[in-house]
Amino acid sequence: MKVYVVRRLLLVIPTIFIASFVIFFLVHLIPGNVVDMMVSGQQTATEEARHTVEHDLGLDVPLYVQYVRWIGNISHGDLGKSLWTKTAVTQEIVARLPVTLELGIIALLVSLLIALPIGIYSAIRQDTLGDYLARTFAILCIAVPGFWLGTLVIVFPAIWWGYTPPIVLIPFADNPLGNLRMFILPGIILGMQLSGQTMRMTRTMMLEVLRQDYIRTAWAKGLKERVVIVRHALKNALIPVVTLIGILMPTLIGGTVIIEQIFGLPGLGRLIVDSTFRRDYTLISGVMLFYAFVLMFVNLVVDVTYGFLDPRTRNRYR
Amino acid sequence: MGDDVASVASYDASGRKKGSAVTGFLRRLAREKPLGLAGAIVTLVLVLVGICANFLAPYGMNATSLLNTLQAPSAQHLMGTDNLGRDVLSRVIYGARISMIVGLSASIIATTLCILIGMLSGYLGGKFDMIVQRFVDAWMCFPDIVLLMVIVSMMGAGLWQVIVVIGISWGISGSRVVRGAVIAIRENAYLESARATGCSKKRILCRHILPNIMAPIIIIFTTRVPNVILMEASLSFLGFGVPPPAASWGGMLSGDARAFMFQAPWMVFWPGLALSVAVYGINMFGDAVRDLIDPRMKGGGGRYGARKSKKLKRLLEKMEDAVWNPD
Repeated sequence: MKVYVVRRLLLVIPTIFIASFVIFFLVHLIPGNVVDMMVSGQQTATEEARHTVEHDLGLDVPLYVQYVRWIGNISHGDLGKSLWTKTAVTQEIVARLPVTLELGIIALLVSLLIALPIGIYSAIRQDTLGDYLARTFAILCIAVPGFWLGTLVIVFPAIWWGYTPPIVLIPFADNPLGNLRMFILPGIILGMQLSGQTMRMTRTMMLEVLRQDYIRTAWAKGLKERVVIVRHALKNALIPVVTLIGILMPTLIGGTVIIEQIFGLPGLGRLIVDSTFRRDYTLISGVMLFYAFVLMFVNLVVDVTYGFLDPRTRNRYR
Repeated sequence: MGDDVASVASYDASGRKKGSAVTGFLRRLAREKPLGLAGAIVTLVLVLVGICANFLAPYGMNATSLLNTLQAPSAQHLMGTDNLGRDVLSRVIYGARISMIVGLSASIIATTLCILIGMLSGYLGGKFDMIVQRFVDAWMCFPDIVLLMVIVSMMGAGLWQVIVVIGISWGISGSRVVRGAVIAIRENAYLESARATGCSKKRILCRHILPNIMAPIIIIFTTRVPNVILMEASLSFLGFGVPPPAASWGGMLSGDARAFMFQAPWMVFWPGLALSVAVYGINMFGDAVRDLIDPRMKGGGGRYGARKSKKLKRLLEKMEDAVWNPD
């Protein structure tokens, strides 16, 4: 087990290096120089002004020097400063994180609440009308884009009942209820999108377990259906559900980017969209690096937990 | 998931005649998967609408009419008009064309890349596999949409940029499934005998491995198409996809549409509905294809399989028949 964990940890190192490399060079290849955009605001856009701006931003040295500087700074926790607002990137991320985190947690809870019961039902009643309806619903969740559903949820209540969701963020500490009211709609919409995938995976896992010999044995012993399903099948089917969180994570983050845009929530997703529009290199690379760290960490935790729960998987990293 | 798909491969050697396989497939689709058939019809309609957009659309894609801005749906404009007086129905029809083009071409690029990377990495193994997989790892540790957004903004928004970027990006991340499938069959005896008779690596890959991992490849392709369409729409919605004035369903929901959505809700309603129906239909079709290709998803054991045991028995007989008597 120790060997497995160590191996899994070692694999992270090259990955994070390649990832940082990818981020840095991708971001610096974005055309539409930020310096041009900044200088174009001023009336006297001289060569000299350009050079000072470039020098101030540290953009006047070759790319590889910039990369080495960047990596060096990251190693002691400094992601640089935003090119536009001059605030530290770490500070921006910390300021935006709670919004995205709250949205993500609500969405994850909603998705599990919808998906687990329906997925299990759909598996134990395979090929019945209920199963078909459940599967149709699952695909519907995947097919209906969140940005459309979100827009409709904003537009139609406003037209019919004159109701508009609050636009300005209410901090949880000031008004917990108002804060929750603000997050619940986007949370449900994002949760529904996730639940499609969750439902399908729960169903598949449950079906697989239901075909095992020990389930047949349980039936043969004459156990009640409830006991077979809950005590024998569900317990084993839910082990792989741990991996669900790892698998859902990219979808979840991608979803927050879009949902935050629609509902005007000032989270990380808004930050990255805005900074991509503004060519704010340091901010883009900082947020992308943060995302990469989060995803890698989640996957690591999931893999290790899974290794604990299911010894068969430990051999995967031999 | 990868393992699911991987183990399908060993069943796929039935090698029936091509014509009969296609008609047989369609017959089974109609008989066993009514929803899949509906999905197939939606897909077909979408393709036809995309191809014939010029003839079907009552107005031009960008024909503005400043006298008819923000008109509610009526007999002249079945889905109303937008803030520039463009007919929403026509734009939705042209949107089908863009979605089809992006969906198909990006999926073809992605699938081809999946096959290339996955087969080489899975078959060659060793150091090569180790290095390639670390790159794939690194690529997969970014959320799709963020990565695509940044790359598209790097290349400049545009139809071909979006296609290439989505294709390459999902080709890299999807290669895991192909790699898994190759590893699952790598130790089979027929590959060993092919090696023993001195087949070149190229020949083994193309003639012995590729035909045997066709099932997961088809599944990759059919699941990619609707996802690509959704992703293009999402990117266009965020402003990093197909740039206006081209009629992309996602783009039609952003920008001006959001500014006018309270006065003209039809501007945001119809494109989104078209998108949802299209993605839903293709998904249904893809699911049916997967179920029909994957015999493992049939029947089962214990109490829950009992109800279908007769049907299952017949099916297994048929499958064995197909495997042992290719004609």
